[in-house]
Amino acid sequence: MSRLAERIGTAKAEGRAALIAYLPVGYPDVDVSIAAITAAVEGGADVVEIGVPYSDPGMDGPVIQQAVDVAVRAGVGMRDVLRAVEAVAAAGAVPVVMSYWNPIERYGAERFSTDLAAAGGAGAITPDLIPDEAADWLAASEKHDLDRVFLVAPSSTDARLASTTAACRGFVYAASTMGVTGTRATVGDAAEKLVARTRQAAPDLAVCVGLGVSNGSQAAEVAAFADGVIVGSAYVREMLEGRGADGVRALSEDLAKGVRS
Amino acid sequence: MTTTSPPQPGERLLPARPGWPDATGHFGIFGGRFVPEALIAALDELTEAYEAMRVDPVFLAEFDRLQREYTGRPSPITEIERFAEHAGRARILLKREDLNHTGSHKINNVLGQALLTKRIGKSRVIAETGAGQHGVATATAAALMGLSCTVYMGEEDTRRQALNVARMRLLGAEVIPVTTGSRTLKDAINEAFRDWVTNVETTNYVFGTVAGPHPFPAMVRDFQRVIGDEAREQVLEREGRLPDAVLACVGGGSNAIGIFTAFVPDDGVRLIGLEAGGDGVDTGRHAATITGGTPGVLHGARSYLLQDDNGQTIESHSISAGLDYPGVGPEHSYLHDIGRAEYRAVTDAEAMEAFALLCRTEGIIPAIESAHALAGAMVVGKELGPDALLLVNLSGRGDKDVETASTWFGLGDREEVDPGPGLDTDQQPTEGAISNDEAVAGSDAGDEA
Repeated sequence: MSRLAERIGTAKAEGRAALIAYLPVGYPDVDVSIAAITAAVEGGADVVEIGVPYSDPGMDGPVIQQAVDVAVRAGVGMRDVLRAVEAVAAAGAVPVVMSYWNPIERYGAERFSTDLAAAGGAGAITPDLIPDEAADWLAASEKHDLDRVFLVAPSSTDARLASTTAACRGFVYAASTMGVTGTRATVGDAAEKLVARTRQAAPDLAVCVGLGVSNGSQAAEVAAFADGVIVGSAYVREMLEGRGADGVRALSEDLAKGVRS
Repeated sequence: MTTTSPPQPGERLLPARPGWPDATGHFGIFGGRFVPEALIAALDELTEAYEAMRVDPVFLAEFDRLQREYTGRPSPITEIERFAEHAGRARILLKREDLNHTGSHKINNVLGQALLTKRIGKSRVIAETGAGQHGVATATAAALMGLSCTVYMGEEDTRRQALNVARMRLLGAEVIPVTTGSRTLKDAINEAFRDWVTNVETTNYVFGTVAGPHPFPAMVRDFQRVIGDEAREQVLEREGRLPDAVLACVGGGSNAIGIFTAFVPDDGVRLIGLEAGGDGVDTGRHAATITGGTPGVLHGARSYLLQDDNGQTIESHSISAGLDYPGVGPEHSYLHDIGRAEYRAVTDAEAMEAFALLCRTEGIIPAIESAHALAGAMVVGKELGPDALLLVNLSGRGDKDVETASTWFGLGDREEVDPGPGLDTDQQPTEGAISNDEAVAGSDAGDEA
């Protein structure tokens, strides 16, 4: 049973979209980042994407780059990530790991899946791994009953929307804007169009939208057409600008209202 | 210089490829596409357009004309007898890519990719550059073909390589200093990918080496294989036999793949790639990716790379900025694993010894990158002896490296009156005369990534 699908389904039953928060482990250090992740849950996040620091985050904009750079230099690794997974599970949200592929490959896909399942993780989102290259991860996640979330983009063809969603379990991540992570003034109608196309390809799979949402009113806008709203850079900005766990909790509260409006 | 009739249009891209990569860009377990889904459509478009273009007589004729009339191909072969006295008296032939327009082999690839850019109807190109050579070549092709051009370059390199930055700007390119991560070539590549995913509708990424996601490794190989196709013919014509070994420096590995490819089916010809050993592979301060790395994923493909236990890329070190890259093209990883090519590391000091020797014995100032291949020839020549015939790719010229070399050798302001034909070891700079870090600060690239 997919824990991500279950949680997103619960939100849907309440007549709202799920709130999915992203925060990387290790900024400014491991303990403070775990406290912030916990605060995101307390503020109302249903799911937390726990970011694995990576030296070459090609899909991320300057905000996330700046935070993970600190974590990379401090040597933060998968053991720290698994601690954060346990913390999120204990706080009552569904933990899912967000990682570029190489840190998982280096750790070992099978070992990663074993340890993630043991820590209470629901699965992983892999932004630079397409299903075509994912044989090891497909096998290991299947074996350990883990969710796997791949991405679709406005440039995806209908054929790719079909093949990518077929490989997903839990939800599919609709990267709504052509570009890197970061907050944006407007969400744009590309997101709604992509969600509609994705639903057509996979009517039973939850579609969650990421890239650009930073406040409650944008969250409300996206919640009107998506099953889940993913917020990353805005959370990280709370940390970079020194507002820490309190800032993260307040942002979650604002966004949680947004997805319910 | 070969005296055979000029190749017919198309001969240079059409020779049978090796049996790799497969249709999805895999060289055994290496290669592939490890990129965000948002880029897949652009990579598919590029693959499809390229596969059509490489068998299109109109394109092939235009590409061939540019190679001859603009680049100055074919590049000649030069035998270096005086240098060879220091290399076990083996016979050594240089393939003179240093004589190409813009000063290195990089132009071979960018002319092909710039033509492809026009064919797919895009008006802007972006490129990464470690210290300037691929950036200059891309800016050159963009100027020639009327394309807008943006080059990403690590901030440290823009400061150290002010001359190449000025060259690119004179050619009309915008140079953007990259201030993220380690502020080196690998971060310039990350930044170029970020630009591409954002502006993919108007922009084509002109990748500088045989790395990156499919189709770049195969496409750049096809554009660079002219080096080996010409050289094989020239050596046969000149010597009536094939060389015993073909040597080239390897950063990302495009000049090496370029000269290796024609010889891959020739089982008796050893293919030897020389990686940048920096201070020595055992010191950890090096860029010898195959010699000292492990398989992993970086910049869109699986290949050997320098990484730590967490899968983080480790910063590389080399006096040669063009070889100072923690990854390597996937085809090299494959050739290594199947045993068709061998890879060795050459330290900064060994490369600089070979650099000086070529200057003094032959009147040719090589790129420091290419000097790694020359240092390899000194060792292999001694191993194989006087009957051996070595072919070495002189991938770039060393004008750009004059300052680095002057600092390394402590030439400074004083008159250099050393009359020797070559440099004896006691004429080498003593350790501590200058640190390698300082020397790196003045280096430039001939074979970036």
